Amino acid sequence: MRLLNLLKIAFKAIVLNKMRTLLTMLGIIIGVASVITMLAIGEGSKESIRSSISSMGSNIITIRPGADVRGGVRGSASEMQTLTFKNYEAIKEQATLLSYISPMVNGGGQVINGSSNWPSTIYGVNPDYLKIKVVDLQSGSMFTDAEVQSAAKVALIGQTVVDNVFPDGKEPVGQMIRFNNIPFKVIGVLEEKGENTFGQDQDDVVIAPYTTVQKRILAIDYLNQVMASAVSEEDAPEAVTQVTEIMREQHKLTDNEEDDFSVRSMEELISTFSSTTEMLTVLLVAVASISLLIGGIGIMNIMYVSVKERTREIGLRMAVGGKGSDILMQFLIEAILISITGGLLGVFLGLGATFFVENFLNWPTSVALYSIIVSFAVCAVTGIFFGWYPARKASALDPITALRYE
Amino acid sequence: MSKEIIKIEELKRSFTMGTETVHALRGISFTIKKGEFVTIMGSSGSGKSTLLNILGCLDQPTEGTYEIDGLRVKDLSKNQLATIRNEKIGFIFQSYNLLPRTSAIENVELPLLYNSKVSTVERRERAIKSLEMVGLADRLHHTPSQLSGGQQQRVAIARSLVNNPVMILADEATGNLDTRTSYEIMSLFQELNSKGITITFVTHEPDIAAFSNRTIILKDGNIIKDYSNQNKLSADKELTNLPVEEH
Repeated sequence: MRLLNLLKIAFKAIVLNKMRTLLTMLGIIIGVASVITMLAIGEGSKESIRSSISSMGSNIITIRPGADVRGGVRGSASEMQTLTFKNYEAIKEQATLLSYISPMVNGGGQVINGSSNWPSTIYGVNPDYLKIKVVDLQSGSMFTDAEVQSAAKVALIGQTVVDNVFPDGKEPVGQMIRFNNIPFKVIGVLEEKGENTFGQDQDDVVIAPYTTVQKRILAIDYLNQVMASAVSEEDAPEAVTQVTEIMREQHKLTDNEEDDFSVRSMEELISTFSSTTEMLTVLLVAVASISLLIGGIGIMNIMYVSVKERTREIGLRMAVGGKGSDILMQFLIEAILISITGGLLGVFLGLGATFFVENFLNWPTSVALYSIIVSFAVCAVTGIFFGWYPARKASALDPITALRYE
Repeated sequence: MSKEIIKIEELKRSFTMGTETVHALRGISFTIKKGEFVTIMGSSGSGKSTLLNILGCLDQPTEGTYEIDGLRVKDLSKNQLATIRNEKIGFIFQSYNLLPRTSAIENVELPLLYNSKVSTVERRERAIKSLEMVGLADRLHHTPSQLSGGQQQRVAIARSLVNNPVMILADEATGNLDTRTSYEIMSLFQELNSKGITITFVTHEPDIAAFSNRTIILKDGNIIKDYSNQNKLSADKELTNLPVEEH
């Protein structure tokens, strides 16, 4: 009953002072909403980068020949001939944390079909490649191990190549194309992947058995790269260590010699990128914290002033029989009602603004639950504390002092 | 013999201001019986405000005893004092002290909101009854800014009546009003007094004191005079004697 009365009193006071209530709430609303929106933008860009890296195959591990030092001059990795098929086989046999592995050789050249031609890159791989890169086929089928063995002149092409060398829209599968004047039979078209994070067109590729590319196009017997996929994303770092050990053994490196090869996982790439976006998020959090702080100061001010200016009212309430605890409860309830309502409105506004950013500005966003909780909590606690603190002081006054307060 | 509502004995109140001690009340004693209409007079600095604050349980005496309606006030906690103010005393202030932007009826209901024994329905009924007693039955939903000074003070009087107090305590209740309205308010007080309500009225205007049946005069913290008013004036009659205002 007593609490119900106090609720009524507090509610009346709030309704009576619509402007003051609104201004107090505004600080909370903007504080909460800006934190939620900014963090949603930060999280969104982080996630979009992570997912675009993941779509490239997040558990991919690449082994490249390292820079060799000859006469004090470090050579470029692509010129190195130290990565051999033997190394590939050793990794394939010994590494336990890899699910797929493929040798890779690549070279640039001109794709020709009739009067159309297009500069592209040919990748010589084995059938595991599609599973490593997580690419599906749009039509046709992958070449087989037997075709790799026989260095068959078959190829799969990406959409960009299709668009440029089959401009008439003819079905490419089954057609013949030439790559650097070597005829290839198109046996499949890769699913469109678009650009990767670095702006590289992932559809501008020709894929053929590595044996074919080695013998007929590049005339080499070493490998440019070995590509593998770890059993899972979590196992990638461990797989990197495993592969590194195998490679050191293969290259007979002693303990004090540097690696003459490099083993990288996408995980490293992701963490590099994540740390960049992490910076962005930290920046946004800093800006959001400042707006939260300013919101908090606004709440503080208006709460403090509104209690102060009501000192006489407090005196009157005490003179007609309100106890100190009644007064305190009334102001506490007011502060709670204002802070909670403002906080909720802020959450809705923040979600609304996020929706706007996502749908009209087309920025990726992701609302983080913690941003809602933290901003709501900070504003609510500030509001309630600064409603409570001056009220506590006022309720401890003598009724006469409060009544005479100017 | 009627019941003693207020009984004070050797009441002293001193304030310490830095190193100096100010004696506002230097040991005063009197009793007020049920149904009395007492005015407390004195110039400023005489200690009448201090006395009023103690009578109203807003302040505690330094020495001496104070009993209201048989309850010893000394050594009561702040919360117990609040309960006494809520249930036994009706306060009326010089500046009305109504809640702004709040209707008359809600202002009158205020003391009852702090009394959990009164239900919502009873609260409203009693507020209407109080406002009827002060002649504002047709102004229930007016806010203070829509009422004249006299009407605002009537609302304040209704508020002081609503908790059925044993005593009404008025602090210069006519101080902000013109003579005619003052007399109207005094007429209302006399009417309430005739219904048996005990009234203690603090004022510095002798003509207001003439409407009460007992006057206590304070000077420098001592009672210098405490007399029954033999020829108590009727505020109603005096009203008719006032020059009629030209319109």
